[in-house]
Amino acid sequence: MARSRRGFLKGAAAGAAVAVVAPQPSAKAQESAPRNATAQANATTVAADTGRRPATVASRIVEKPGSDFMVDVLKTLDFEYLAANPGSTFEGLHESLINYGDNKMPEFLTCCHEESAVAMAHGYAKIEGKPMIAMMHGTIGMQHASMAIYNAYVDRVPIYMVAGNHADGAERSSGVASLHSAQDIGALVRDYVKWDDQPYSLGHFAESAVRAYNIAMTPPMAPVLIVANYELQAHPNVQSDLRIPKLSRTRPPQGDSGAVAEAAQMLVAAERPLIITERTARTPHGMKLMIELAETLQAPVSNQERMDFPNRHPLAGTGGAGYQADVVLNLEVNDVSNSARAARARGAKTISITSLNLSHKSNIQEFGHYPEVDLNIGADAEATLPALIEACKKLITADRRRALDERGAKLAEAHKQARARDIELAAVGWDASPVSLARLCAELWPLIKNEDWSLVSWQGFISQWPRRLWTFDKHYQYIGGQGAGGMGYGAPAAVGAALANKKHGRFSVSIQTDGDLNYAPGVLWTAAHHQIPLLTIMHNNRGYHQEVMFIEQQASIRNRGADRAHIGTKLWNPNIDYAKMAQAYGQYAEGPITDPKDLAPAFQRAIAQVKKGEPALIDVVTQPR
Amino acid sequence: MLKFFLFVLVAVTVNAQGNSAHGKELFLKYSCYACHGFSGQNGPGARLVPMKIAQAGFIAYVRNPPRPNQMPSYSAKAVPDADMADIYAYLKTLPDSAPAAKSIPLLNQILTAP
Repeated sequence: MARSRRGFLKGAAAGAAVAVVAPQPSAKAQESAPRNATAQANATTVAADTGRRPATVASRIVEKPGSDFMVDVLKTLDFEYLAANPGSTFEGLHESLINYGDNKMPEFLTCCHEESAVAMAHGYAKIEGKPMIAMMHGTIGMQHASMAIYNAYVDRVPIYMVAGNHADGAERSSGVASLHSAQDIGALVRDYVKWDDQPYSLGHFAESAVRAYNIAMTPPMAPVLIVANYELQAHPNVQSDLRIPKLSRTRPPQGDSGAVAEAAQMLVAAERPLIITERTARTPHGMKLMIELAETLQAPVSNQERMDFPNRHPLAGTGGAGYQADVVLNLEVNDVSNSARAARARGAKTISITSLNLSHKSNIQEFGHYPEVDLNIGADAEATLPALIEACKKLITADRRRALDERGAKLAEAHKQARARDIELAAVGWDASPVSLARLCAELWPLIKNEDWSLVSWQGFISQWPRRLWTFDKHYQYIGGQGAGGMGYGAPAAVGAALANKKHGRFSVSIQTDGDLNYAPGVLWTAAHHQIPLLTIMHNNRGYHQEVMFIEQQASIRNRGADRAHIGTKLWNPNIDYAKMAQAYGQYAEGPITDPKDLAPAFQRAIAQVKKGEPALIDVVTQPR
Repeated sequence: MLKFFLFVLVAVTVNAQGNSAHGKELFLKYSCYACHGFSGQNGPGARLVPMKIAQAGFIAYVRNPPRPNQMPSYSAKAVPDADMADIYAYLKTLPDSAPAAKSIPLLNQILTAP
């Protein structure tokens, strides 16, 4: 027999009420007990889903639950948003956030997967420069979230994570509550969070919550985890002397003055210095410092990851053909071992400045090979740049200045030639179908360049065409990649970054790979539901093309044909219709587009939707890279 | 008789120069497009269009590429000579869709932008 949703909810609510008070039912609860067979069935269903609820309090009404105080604590840390997939281990805190906290600062963002929640926070932090809360439900939420946490850890992005957990075995019921709880729940992800704690009192929660924020935001930045024990959320707060510590931010460490002076000497004396940067500009000011250092030295800047240096600056690049660097300055480069080895082989020197030297873990091997560098400075690069620039300027004589400027002129010419070459290469396969990535990016550029735009997706899978064709000169115009190469990051990170851009009135665009979107496409709904303006252009090459190439290599090495390389790597037969997928999740969408002539009109229609404050998606069938 | 003669002539021509239609199937089957693009000229691999080397040189290159970590080598066991000839024939049919950037208004605007 069909049953209405309203009826189901009514029955479920009644059943839940009974379950909560089961051991010592109050008179009020007895009144609301199920009175017919349907309600009884609902109570049974709910009990099966959630397990018997623990008797958290003797009375039905809790006037001042501990989770209200947790909200007071979180509000002092100025969080704008909290992303979560709901779960019973944090139901008390959830209720406090939306009722006691009025769902403001932070506002609750409904997510369809914990990996999406964390990756949204990842993208948000890279634009906003501060963390969002991602909340996880016990053991299952933590494990769902784990890949996204690892990406953020390697990408050095602060995420403030709160996990629910039934810590007290005496209060915890059997069944689901036990399945979703752990003795040491932080252990599930401790290898790739910077710090975690499981407070056992509200005072402890307050102190650890503030401490966690500071640790997350101190370079090298990384995710942190606070466990909000279920019992602490649910029990009444009976303490009258609770206080919330004032946040006292740790200033990022600056490089040792002697080491900075030595680095300056090496760089000023170098004939062909090269600056490699990955994550130096933590703030917009960091980008200005990067420009000042490059211009002081007249050295080329290879910007490998986030937006540290304008791509159209005459010093952007690696110096052109034949420019063999004799001193390489690595700024916040995660793994310098390869470039250091290459430098050593040609007699060049390597300097590294990174805060990673100050924080190490053992299990995960993301640190790569031991970096044999000539000068290793354990410090935050952005904080060190002013001293380094000053030290360099002091060493540059008038004669040296002339020599540096001559080098700068040659580098500017090399930059110009490299750019012209890139644009010529963009013409290759111009009318091809499937659409070339260069054509896609070239068609998009004139339509967004006059907006206050922000590219919120990684360029690695699209042959860096935006960097080669567009003009990037603002800190928020590019957020880099996944960190640890974990797929499933792209779509939610783009939504999180677009959310951060929203209040600034920026136009967010993501060139989204199909393989990545299929990990957890529910984030398309989150974007629609929360009205997050984001233009998503599908790079739909119908497969995991990196893996196709890897399988081909293996077949070659084993003297077998590559005719089966598509098995396990392609997303075709049937082809996935991303326009229909996005429409199903509530977004404006068009596609699939296979003729490049159809790109611009479709982009224009989607842009109009995004400018109304909505997400929109255009599915483009593309060349593999 | 004339029909039979023409059939033999065509068959010999195909054997010598490769069957481009079959070559298209093989280009997809062997996943050549993964690195070289469906167009034969888009992707991280070398541009195969326009094909500038002779068939024998093309086959020799695939058998023993100078940088096998980038371009995998394929032996005659993995990809027979006849298949290589067909792939080569297909690549020769692909249009060279690489006009000068200046002739494409969109790219010319990017090229000449300050």
